[in-house]
Amino acid sequence: MKKTPLYERHLSLGASMTEFGGWAMPVQYTSIIEEHRNTRTLAGLFDVCHMGEIEIKGPQALELLQWVMSRNLANQQVGEMKLSAITNEKGGIIDDVTVYRRGEEHYMVVTNAATREGDLEWILRARRERGLEGAAVTDRSDAVGKVDIQGPLAQKILAEIVEGDLEALRFYHAIDTRVAGMPALVSRSGYTGEDGFEVYTEAARVGEIWDLLMSIGDPHGLKPAGLGARDTLRLEAGMMLYGNEMCQAVTPFEVVYGWITDLDKEFIGRDALRKQKEAGVRKKLVGFEIIGRGIARHGYPVLSGTEKIGDVTSGTFSPTLGKAIGLAFVPVRFAGPGTELEVEIRGQRAKAVVVPLPFYRRRK
Amino acid sequence: MAKPSPHDRKYTKEHEWAKADGGGAVTMGITDHAQELLTDVVYVELPAVGRKVRQMEPIAVVESVKSVSDVYAPVSGEVIEVNRALEASPELVNRDAFGEGWIARIRMESPAELESLMTADQYEEHIRANPH
Repeated sequence: MKKTPLYERHLSLGASMTEFGGWAMPVQYTSIIEEHRNTRTLAGLFDVCHMGEIEIKGPQALELLQWVMSRNLANQQVGEMKLSAITNEKGGIIDDVTVYRRGEEHYMVVTNAATREGDLEWILRARRERGLEGAAVTDRSDAVGKVDIQGPLAQKILAEIVEGDLEALRFYHAIDTRVAGMPALVSRSGYTGEDGFEVYTEAARVGEIWDLLMSIGDPHGLKPAGLGARDTLRLEAGMMLYGNEMCQAVTPFEVVYGWITDLDKEFIGRDALRKQKEAGVRKKLVGFEIIGRGIARHGYPVLSGTEKIGDVTSGTFSPTLGKAIGLAFVPVRFAGPGTELEVEIRGQRAKAVVVPLPFYRRRK
Repeated sequence: MAKPSPHDRKYTKEHEWAKADGGGAVTMGITDHAQELLTDVVYVELPAVGRKVRQMEPIAVVESVKSVSDVYAPVSGEVIEVNRALEASPELVNRDAFGEGWIARIRMESPAELESLMTADQYEEHIRANPH
């Protein structure tokens, strides 16, 4: 198992550790619910060094990205960040990533941990096939360290050690700046549904930023938060997790990624996706709440009458809402909010109802 | 880190504890190591009082934020009391797994079954060898 540069710190903090995408990661330090609530009300600090960073530079960088990304990046400005899918020839999702434009011909693609190697191979193959030698592709994952600071007090805390004006930084925008004197990329973004920032710096020195944020944040109530809270936070915010909601057999239109798929530009999978869009999708990812008792989990069957109609992709107890929520694939005719479903929970049927996403939206 | 397992009781490989009360019954629950693996407990399904159970038969269900797990009867016998406090405060299992987070009391059929379970030291060794 790979260890992030913050591994020893997690052990010192008494975290329970788990394997995730080949990495030893903290599940929780004290309690998932406490860490979840603390992030919603004050601020949480997350080790996300396991994620991948692939740099793409050069005069053909944009052309390569346009070919591999479902999102149209033609109008992406320097300093802007975009969510995108990478799809295969059939339109199946290879990964969901964020793309940062850091300079005129300089991009960074941030991947999930388990998909990093596959993404890199895929991008290199596309580069070869299209003859785009003018796009230099470099896997920077091992050299880059990353922490996320999330929650209503994130800006106040991070501002103390960031050069530049965080207040002016808009959602899904980034600045190349210095944090604690070290060169860093900071974006206003995250995976919790709260205001917050993602901070990229040198892997060898990310521990210094972690330590500084922990000490500066302490009087504000900043606490470290593990993958357990990261998962409940993202699910409440209606955000998907690669490997749960997405895999290579699922297309952007079947999940909630239609809006990041531009069929008017050419990219790998475009033709298949256009056909699917014209014919209409057969299954759709929906949010649901369990009525009454029981918690649906990944892989549980969704039923209507005596028929199995789909599968739960993620499910948990929502600390904010105080009820069991989840995401599931169902045939489109069951996808409308208010539709009643059943989920088989350990041999028993529990009533569920389709609800609009997200489950939780922060007050601005 | 998990709290040490008290020496005044016995343990199963499935992470239950059972403590004799002197009158032929045991109080049982899950260990602190088990609650740590489960993470925050949000629901405990308790057995019916009066139910007869065999040793290592599922007796309760503990649902946490992350997962769900069966709880097994450490001994055979009859359920004579359950911890109703867990209905309103399932987090007692996290806070005090060896005390206020107890799950049920069972009148033992055969005290020899209790003797056959692991001691605290054996259990600690067991979780060191099988951390997950």
